[in-house]
Amino acid sequence: MQFYIQQTLNALQVGSVYALIALGYTMVYGILTLINFAHGDIFMISCYVAFFFSTLVISVLAGLPPLVVFVLTMLVSMFFTALLAVVIERLAYKPLRTAPRISAVITALGIGLLLENFMVAFKPVGPAPRFMPELIPNVIYNIGGVAVSNIQIVIIVVSIVAMVILDLIVRRTMVGMAMRAISWDKFTVPLMGIPVDRIISLTFALGASIAAVGGTLYGMAYTIDPYMGIRIGWWAFISAVVGGIGNIRGAMLGGFILGFVEIFTPVFLPASTYRDFVAFSLLLVLLIFKPTGLLGRPMVQKV
Amino acid sequence: MSLLQVENMTHWFGGLRAVSEFNIDLNEGELVAIIGPNGAGKTTVFNLITGVYRPTEGKVVFQGKELVGQPTHKIIAGGIARTFQNIRLFRELTVMDNIRIANYARVHSNPLASMLRLPAFQREEQEIYDRSLEFLAIFGLDGLYDQPARNLPYGQQRRLEIARALATSPKLLLLDEPAAGMNPAEIVQLIDLILMVRKRFELTILLIEHQMRVVMGIAERIKVLDFGQTIAEGTPREIQNNPRVIEAYLGEEETA
Amino acid sequence: MIAKLWNRWKLQLILLLVLVLTILLPAVGVIDDYINLVLKYIGINIILTISLNLVNGYMGEFSVGHAGFMAVGAYTASLLTVLVVPEALNPFLFPLVIIAGGVVAGIFGLGLAFPSFRTRGDYLAIVTLAFNMIIKSALENIEAIGGPRGFMGMSKLTSLFWVFIWVVITVWLARNFIFSNYGRGVQSIREDETAAGLVSVNTRQAKVLTFVFSAFLAGIAGGLFAHELQFINPRSFTIAKSTDMLVMVYLGGIGSLGGSILGATTFTVVSEGLRSLLQVLGISQEWRQVFAPLMLILLMLFRPKGIMGLREWRFLIPQLDRKKEPPASKPQPEVAS
Repeated sequence: MQFYIQQTLNALQVGSVYALIALGYTMVYGILTLINFAHGDIFMISCYVAFFFSTLVISVLAGLPPLVVFVLTMLVSMFFTALLAVVIERLAYKPLRTAPRISAVITALGIGLLLENFMVAFKPVGPAPRFMPELIPNVIYNIGGVAVSNIQIVIIVVSIVAMVILDLIVRRTMVGMAMRAISWDKFTVPLMGIPVDRIISLTFALGASIAAVGGTLYGMAYTIDPYMGIRIGWWAFISAVVGGIGNIRGAMLGGFILGFVEIFTPVFLPASTYRDFVAFSLLLVLLIFKPTGLLGRPMVQKV
Repeated sequence: MSLLQVENMTHWFGGLRAVSEFNIDLNEGELVAIIGPNGAGKTTVFNLITGVYRPTEGKVVFQGKELVGQPTHKIIAGGIARTFQNIRLFRELTVMDNIRIANYARVHSNPLASMLRLPAFQREEQEIYDRSLEFLAIFGLDGLYDQPARNLPYGQQRRLEIARALATSPKLLLLDEPAAGMNPAEIVQLIDLILMVRKRFELTILLIEHQMRVVMGIAERIKVLDFGQTIAEGTPREIQNNPRVIEAYLGEEETA
Repeated sequence: MIAKLWNRWKLQLILLLVLVLTILLPAVGVIDDYINLVLKYIGINIILTISLNLVNGYMGEFSVGHAGFMAVGAYTASLLTVLVVPEALNPFLFPLVIIAGGVVAGIFGLGLAFPSFRTRGDYLAIVTLAFNMIIKSALENIEAIGGPRGFMGMSKLTSLFWVFIWVVITVWLARNFIFSNYGRGVQSIREDETAAGLVSVNTRQAKVLTFVFSAFLAGIAGGLFAHELQFINPRSFTIAKSTDMLVMVYLGGIGSLGGSILGATTFTVVSEGLRSLLQVLGISQEWRQVFAPLMLILLMLFRPKGIMGLREWRFLIPQLDRKKEPPASKPQPEVAS
């Protein structure tokens, strides 16, 4: 029993990171019907921003309270990652908005690989895995035989708070309303005085910064390397599709489902190396039988 | 003799009833028009007959055979052809290829024979090529056979689309607003074209049209649709004098 | 008389001559091992590019998982060579082994054709991606064929001679397919799938044929690849490999065989040239990996149709389809005007 509680906790920890990244996939798809294949690598970059910044801060401004370092790192990572996402959107996606839809998808795929391979080749980063400096001293509590670390709690709580805030932004603010309006109808919205370009850029920025929240949290618990965009990013992408791509709450649900898939695969199958097999098979089966995902709205094909 | 019978055909899009208990009985050789305001469900009727959508309820019987549930290409190969309101040619392909593709169901060479270019395949290719070229000549398009379809002017594209539909050798032709976007001179040509193919290919024609000139000029019977419902039926003269039609449709359209 | 014969047979003669050269030149050492290798890669890449172009270019669907088919072909052929075929017969049964790899890959292609009936565009892209990932992950988990360590023991059977023969066969079959009723049907799906069905094209049949044929070719390329390297492992067949194929297709141009040949050749040569350049400059070879994705992005932004999108080399077009003088204009009765 303790074993399962422990694993559930681990699943929630991993799942919340997937959910945070999945939100970025889903928001961009919702507004542009573009699968932003580069998003996983944006997440990877956010980890490195957090890594370099926190290393710098800790060496230059030693003695800052851990909480300040943590918050500062997260904000800086959010800012630079958002900036990167907007630059990519303006340079690579925007010119293709009137081109066949598949062109932008191919471009996104290219950008993802470009970021990944660049980071591998770029000397200060390189392919080797790295540890982020300890932002918050790790404390492990033992609750009835279940080991819970404070970092684990931070990850889960901060993720959920970030998701709630995002959900509120999309549902309650003017910006969110504009986003939803654009996703429904790209043609009449500009006529109503909504600055479409700015809202689209904002969507990319929002998606990237929430991935950066995930990136900073992830770096506190695991090693980081340039291949994370594939390893973690694809899983987050599956989360978004499983939940119903374009649907924000679906992305969150999908993230946690994939968290459970990841943690419980080695429990029921011979090795953890089966996890990709399980996750992608799940994706394939779902796409064939329920292409809209669990919470997605059915698309009406116009003939 | 009855060629097409549609009985109580109803179709729902989610919560919207696009077509409601639609009935029609077409006799061989007839030319019947369906009119009605935008969004009345006219194009949906075509999509239902040709299997693009599957009707929620109802029967479609063509030459004594039930069509509901059959794949589109079989329905077309069985003798129904249609054109589109907004021209839908294979734009990047040549005029010749547009016509040849409409022979898809007629080809006997299997894929392997085609890929090995066996003599029988080559003979068949030649036949289809010659047949298509003759076909283009009927429509005055043979000089343009190697042009990509997108290069053709609007009127020619409309003509090619009708030619492509007829290349499938239909008995029944469904025309969806063929006069859309045409000027009065082009409309006169179009009417001639429709009457010509009707005679030459011994067609039965079901026509959706907004242009009253076309409808009143050539239709033998008219059916009026509004909000998915049939509100009137009759000869052009009867329709012109029907108060419900005038209210729903003609009143606003006559001035247009 | 001779001119006439020459005109009729010149293509065949040239091909025969090149075939002789593929044996002769490496044998006498005019072509060194490195050039030989690059030429073989060019050939294998041409097959891959045509394979992907059938789906992405001619049919207008979007596959990002063709490395999966390549993997199936590579593993099937390698297993046959090492475990089934007696060593003495290896060189003789090599063509059959390669075909077997293609056939098994084709069966997987059949499996992937079914989702394409219902989904297209982005969703089909995800399906193919998932397929690629599943194949790779499955190979990593089957210990009997080496798992993540890979599989080896094949003798170096892929010679320039065989590569050339397979390239010619591929181009010929693909050309015949495209310029047939089925190939025209496939292209009509790209142009407008609904309209295709409504002019009697059996779109499902066309999709199945294309996927099976395309997967078959990718499997052939995989088998040749495996018997060149004499070692394969699941990491050779990732999305990165599929991306290389995408670059070659979009560089050469969609919907063009000539484009596929040009795209594969240019990509391979530039990529190898880059290797030497980086070596000379003393820069890490890892920068080479940046090149393919960067090229893909620039192509999409500035030349989405590639070198010769939707155009074809004249000699690849069957006689019947070549542009000719306008047909003798017999006076047509003026119709409807």
